[in-house]
Amino acid sequence: MSENTAQKPEHSVLPSQRAAFELKGSLFTLTIFHLYDADIALIEQHLLEKIAQAPGFFRHAPVVIDLNSLSDPVDFTALAALLRRHQLIPVGIRHGSEDQCAAALSADLPLLPKQRTVQRTDMPAEAEAPQKSTGSLARTRVYTKPVRSGQQLHALDGDLIIIGTVSGGAEVLAAGNIHVYGSLRGRALAGAYGDTQARIFCASLEAELVSIAGNYRVLEKPRDIAKLHQAVQIYLENEHLIIRPLT
Amino acid sequence: MARVIVVTSGKGGVGKTTTSASFAAGLAQRDFKTVVVDFDVGLRNLDLIMGCERRVVYDFVNVINGEANLNQALIKDKRLNNLYILPASQTRDKEALTHEGVEAVIGELKQRFDYIVCDSPAGIEHGAHIAMYFADDALITTNPEVSSVRDSDRILGLIASRSRRAIHDEEPVQELLVLTRYSPERVERGDMLALDDVLEILGIPLLGVIPESQSVLLASNEGVPVIMNERSDAGSAYGDMVARYLGEDRPHRFLTNERKNLFQRLFKR
Ligand SMILES: Nc1ncnc2c1ncn2[C@@H]1O[C@H](COP(=O)(O)OP(=O)(O)OP(=O)(O)O)[C@@H](O)[C@H]1O
Ligand SMILES: [Mg+2]
Repeated sequence: MSENTAQKPEHSVLPSQRAAFELKGSLFTLTIFHLYDADIALIEQHLLEKIAQAPGFFRHAPVVIDLNSLSDPVDFTALAALLRRHQLIPVGIRHGSEDQCAAALSADLPLLPKQRTVQRTDMPAEAEAPQKSTGSLARTRVYTKPVRSGQQLHALDGDLIIIGTVSGGAEVLAAGNIHVYGSLRGRALAGAYGDTQARIFCASLEAELVSIAGNYRVLEKPRDIAKLHQAVQIYLENEHLIIRPLT
Repeated sequence: MARVIVVTSGKGGVGKTTTSASFAAGLAQRDFKTVVVDFDVGLRNLDLIMGCERRVVYDFVNVINGEANLNQALIKDKRLNNLYILPASQTRDKEALTHEGVEAVIGELKQRFDYIVCDSPAGIEHGAHIAMYFADDALITTNPEVSSVRDSDRILGLIASRSRRAIHDEEPVQELLVLTRYSPERVERGDMLALDDVLEILGIPLLGVIPESQSVLLASNEGVPVIMNERSDAGSAYGDMVARYLGEDRPHRFLTNERKNLFQRLFKR
């Protein structure tokens, strides 16, 4: 239901002398709320289920409502109120029809630009510069240090290979596959732009959360716990996240 | 070449100041010119542990602000010839440690000392950042419990990305683990993480394990770094730690429950 995407900086207004504020373009990871049905009660029901699976994961998360798969009219005022009631913060819509866009604007929801499919070279401010390489590995980022608690490591162009551990409280995210040649203890999100073919590989699974194309799982159920501390691959099959030992 | 060593942890109350005082005293005992700098502006207590609190006239912030020079602010240790303390101010806040000011003071200290030991405040904000920024080595002070280890991991991430060495793409800061307040009994009971667990999570070399010890409290009440009490367990563990830092090979001690083993031996007879 959700995926992460990034907004490219659009403007940068230089401050005048001793200004009270400054405007700057910046880059954010946002959760996309793909809407398939306009029925508010049904949306609420599904939302409650998602929240029950991962309490806290969505808390105060800014979300963008994506209308790519829905042509019905939507009651945006009710939808925004519903999201806020469950501690999600609607920041706007995208991929709406003309009527949907008009309705969103009158409910004070801004229209966000369409998804960019080319050029995702921007890096979030805290992330490290992308690995420079040429040839067939140009889209792969190789990182040879441990990823520590509180760090975010993103490969927005392709695969991410980490030679080292990913600590609890760290987050690794890739448009493509994620390989961790070490223990994966933090969060790993592969297929961050919706690539359902993306996979996660790790030498020892101890993750807090794994996600492929927005299908995420926290590892707390007995069937998942049984796979902890093993070398595994994680992939999607019919929208189900499969965790399979590598041996 | 002078070396700058930060003693840091993320989490508060784990033993940074205790470690800074003993580590600096240990280096001075071996005839290295050593200064220990209190970065914990507003909560200064290094001077208490070093027993020089009544000799503080000027402090680190006065030097940065040009209100005093280094000679006026540095306090010479009563016991060790080569040891000096640069105390923190109790009445300012951490923002007083400006980047340029700290850089200038460290630069000047480097001209005069072999080792500059920086006692970091807890947290990951400005105070902790400026304390680690100029470091060549970092003593990651950690207690054997989950939250302390997590915070140490966080600090390691900051050192790897936001220290001067990282930003200038120089050889990375040497990161060394100091596991303090280690209690083999409590590890056995499962109340505390074992050494191996901590090493596995943090993945950095071990410099020393300091046992949980009454002698630490006694020493700090007297204002004497615990390393000066060579007969105490914590003091001799700090002695080993300094020796290892200087390249000596010393086996790790205090990893098992000696007392219980002694009793077991007695009862066997
Ligand atoms: N090995 C030890 N055994 C027993 N007590 C210890 C030991 N090391 C430190 N302590 C005690 O723990 C407390 C905190 O120590 P210390 O002040 O050195 O920590 P700190 O990390 O500098 O704290 P802060 O974050 O507040 O600066 C003190 O009361 C000290 O006596
Ligand atoms: Mg302290």
